[in-house]
Amino acid sequence: MQRRDFIKQLAASGLIGMPWFEAHAAPAKKVQGRVVVIGAGYAGTTLAKYLRIWSGYGIEVVVIEQNTQFVSCPLSNLVLGGSRSINDLTFGYDLLQQHHGIQWVHDQVTHIDTTARKVTMRRGEMTYDRLVIAPGVDFNYSAWPEMQHAEAQRLVPHAWKAGPQTVNLRQQLESMPDGGVVVISIPKAPFRCPPGPYERTCQVALYLKQYKPKSKIIVLDANPDIVSKKALFLNAWKALYPGIVDYRPNSTVLHVNPVTREVETEFEHVKADVLNIIPPQRAGKPAQMAGLLNVDSNWCAVDFRSYASTIASEVHVLGDAVFSPQPKSAHIATSHAHVCANAIVAIMSGQEPDPEPVFANTCYSFVSDRMAVHVANVYRYDAEKKLMVTMDGGGLSDAPSDLEGTYAQSWARNIWSDALT
Amino acid sequence: MRFPVYTRFWSGLLLLSATGVYAEPASFPAHTLTLAASCAVCHGTNGHSATGFLSLAGMDAPTFVAKMQAYRTGSQAATVMHQHAKGLTEAEITALAEYFSVQPPQAVIEPQAQPLDLQHE
Ligand SMILES: Cc1cc2nc3c(=O)[nH]c(=O)nc-3n(C[C@H](O)[C@H](O)[C@H](O)COP(=O)(O)OP(=O)(O)OC[C@H]3O[C@@H](n4cnc5c(N)ncnc54)[C@H](O)[C@@H]3O)c2cc1C
Ligand code: HEC
Repeated sequence: MQRRDFIKQLAASGLIGMPWFEAHAAPAKKVQGRVVVIGAGYAGTTLAKYLRIWSGYGIEVVVIEQNTQFVSCPLSNLVLGGSRSINDLTFGYDLLQQHHGIQWVHDQVTHIDTTARKVTMRRGEMTYDRLVIAPGVDFNYSAWPEMQHAEAQRLVPHAWKAGPQTVNLRQQLESMPDGGVVVISIPKAPFRCPPGPYERTCQVALYLKQYKPKSKIIVLDANPDIVSKKALFLNAWKALYPGIVDYRPNSTVLHVNPVTREVETEFEHVKADVLNIIPPQRAGKPAQMAGLLNVDSNWCAVDFRSYASTIASEVHVLGDAVFSPQPKSAHIATSHAHVCANAIVAIMSGQEPDPEPVFANTCYSFVSDRMAVHVANVYRYDAEKKLMVTMDGGGLSDAPSDLEGTYAQSWARNIWSDALT
Repeated sequence: MRFPVYTRFWSGLLLLSATGVYAEPASFPAHTLTLAASCAVCHGTNGHSATGFLSLAGMDAPTFVAKMQAYRTGSQAATVMHQHAKGLTEAEITALAEYFSVQPPQAVIEPQAQPLDLQHE
């Protein structure tokens, strides 16, 4: 049956008056073309899946990912606290590929030519009609030449991409004698997961309190204050981990000795037994290869109705690599993917993307093995500001609770199911 | 190639089309699809929660609207939903009510956790 006949039939049945039908935006014919997606983290997996579904399985989607496994950063701080294993947070990509007919290339992107619309990998090359770059973050060690070697990053892990680095940091905590000092260094905002370093502080404190009660944590924060959920974290440190957390604001690390695990700030010299430096960050390497870092040479400016780069309109950038006032979270990364998937389907079928996208964000943080807190907001596109702006009514938890811990674990299972199957 | 989830989805829709409602996945405007998908991280894909609690799929539209209104006014206590409900327009809530009410039953598939390969970048 032709679409026009359907509409006639619907008109006869009276259904055309239904609110959702009037705004019906389904493409009149099958959308075609090839979209290449670089990076299968939270943003890339979600984009690939919804692009297939919302194009009625018309658009050809090719994903290029350097790793064979997906390892979740959300919940990875719990590996340090000991209530989760990294193997609980590691998954394959097979179901996603099979369920949605996504073409998968396991390779590392090494070069991008946006004029020729060509992506080069270690083992081959590929052309595209539209390109989506969802590369996560790249760590910028340029302030500390002494940290640039792989060996230095093994001695002083960042553990800010979940995986072997997380396991390494946990092992260092296990090997540390009681009475030791753990130093956690936090870079100036913006960085991936604003509440993450403070959640990590809770998780390390939980481990120390149970197994090494004479030890302490010095938090060297380059920011003038706790960046996210301040009162909730301060209360948690005081109530749950008294005497363990020593928080020092305005403390940018200027020099690092990775071998002796000593750091220097403008004010002091600190010696650690376990040193965790979360480095400054910028958009991941594939975005750099495409020359898209046009904000402070670190982040990518995009049109928030389509996530098209403001430099190259047929290249979209998603997730942590994007410059925006929103937190760099997994939930936000998937929302970028939803807006972008809808926009690509519209553009490739000659229609306009949604002019005013709206989405929600929630970041849960675990303050112990069971109790969590959250920050939640709804964001809406503002055509004048050309930004996603925060709606009234958002906010924080009143206090940590077991109930929110249960919701946070449920959040993880649902986002994994949505992104990976 | 298998599409297990969506064969089930499509057969549900065939039923609907037999009764005259033609609803393909993209039958909702992009605006509603994006918004409904942003609820999925807590309520599951299309409102089918993996953990069995908080599913929204199949909830009848008036019940959905009443619950959202109760979160907005504060007459229903909540950990987080008052903060989500207040940011939406009435029209968005009506559209979401419609969206979740027509989602047919669907089994939730979860990815299997596996041991980490230490070569991971
Ligand atoms: C400790 C910690 C805790 C966190 N907790 C939470 C939380 O509770 N809730 C929450 O919402 N967010 C949380 N986050 C933030 C969340 O992890 C990120 O916002 C999210 O991962 C961003 O997704 P992304 O797709 O942009 O990047 P990523 O998930 O990093 O994905 C990028 C992908 O690109 C691939 N890639 C990069 N370069 C190449 C290349 N050259 N070739 C091929 N592939 C490439 C990478 O291998 C990777 O798979 C946390 C982060 C950390 C570090
Ligand atoms: C961060 C997680 C989260 C997100 C995102 C979220 N919800 Fe909820 N939702 C909850 C929780 C938790 C409850 C239980 C009430 C509470 O404690 O807030 C709930 C309850 C509900 C209920 C009532 C369910 C019932 O059976 O009584 C509805 C309806 C609902 N949410 C709709 C939505 C919609 C629509 C969205 C997207 C716009 C959404 N939620 C986004 C966590 C979330």
